[in-house]
Amino acid sequence: MNTNLPQQISNGAPQGAPVKKTPRQWLADYRWVLLIALADLLVWVFWPAQAAPVIRNTWDYLVEMVVILIPVAVLMGLFEVWVPKQLIGKYLGRESGWKGILLALLFGSAPTGPLYVAFPIAAMLLKKGASPLNVIILLDAWAAIKIPQLLIEARFLGPSFMLVRLALTVPSAILMGWLIQKGIERTGGLDLDPAGSENIS
Amino acid sequence: MSSILTWSTYVIVFGALGVLALRDRTKARQAVKVAVKSFFGILPIMLAFIGLIGLLLGIVPPEVISRYLGQGAGWWATLTAFVLGAVLYIASLVSIPLAASLLRAGASVTTIAAFLTGLMMVNTVTLPLEIKYLGKKMALSRNLLSLLFAFAIAIVIGMVLQ
Repeated sequence: MNTNLPQQISNGAPQGAPVKKTPRQWLADYRWVLLIALADLLVWVFWPAQAAPVIRNTWDYLVEMVVILIPVAVLMGLFEVWVPKQLIGKYLGRESGWKGILLALLFGSAPTGPLYVAFPIAAMLLKKGASPLNVIILLDAWAAIKIPQLLIEARFLGPSFMLVRLALTVPSAILMGWLIQKGIERTGGLDLDPAGSENIS
Repeated sequence: MSSILTWSTYVIVFGALGVLALRDRTKARQAVKVAVKSFFGILPIMLAFIGLIGLLLGIVPPEVISRYLGQGAGWWATLTAFVLGAVLYIASLVSIPLAASLLRAGASVTTIAAFLTGLMMVNTVTLPLEIKYLGKKMALSRNLLSLLFAFAIAIVIGMVLQ
């Protein structure tokens, strides 16, 4: 149901002029919504007793979602124009120590796109001399502790769930980075695919 | 508490946008553009999931959810949720409300946490791409370690919050 999600989220990145959507594309985008609406209609017709709870639940979640999605979207916009993506590579080298770790955490948790957007960035950082430790931390932070995501998590699952998970994930990311860096050093360095590097700008 | 959090988010985020607008108009305008774009970009799938949640909660009685995903369902439920999370690709902005709805309907914290940590930390669908960019060593070891850490984190969350 969601294999086309990444493209839709990554649309947040500013690139070129906005593309006007045809009605057909709108229909394609909203096909699942229409399908669910149809299902709702069927419930209403054939199972009227359940219609009220369905509508109430849908409405409650809709309100809750929109309320948090608005500031999250603005936050995404702010990150997009404020966070310098190329500059960071300089400060993530092997000698960067705790500063590098902190920066990797911050940089990783700020962006907004899906994880696969982070892969080319991570590859670029590795080529520019960032340590595997910092790159792993960045990827882990990007995958699991993005700030917009934390806001939604606190809203829906409660601040304590969000905080406990955050408190566990940060040291895990650092430990993982350290383990992987050691492993890479012991086995003779990175095995970056030279063909893959063509796509790294 | 979570509504205080939400409103302070509003104040901080829009405050920051206001500061940016005072200092640099074009950048602020660009930020708003990106914001609008990402809002409407996520909207179709978000609405679909919200509809799905509403339908699910309206039709499936909470007793059923808590029987299959609750405390009584035991380790198999947690493990299944974890594996599902690890294999599927659902953006967390969408999966978190879904997880929350199951939690409120009686699923256990451990099972829900396992689903979410699996989704977020183990990235099976994007693994080929990750290997292409970062090499087998880094990509595979990151995902394998994530598998262990994600499960451990879910268990600890369950122990702390149950």
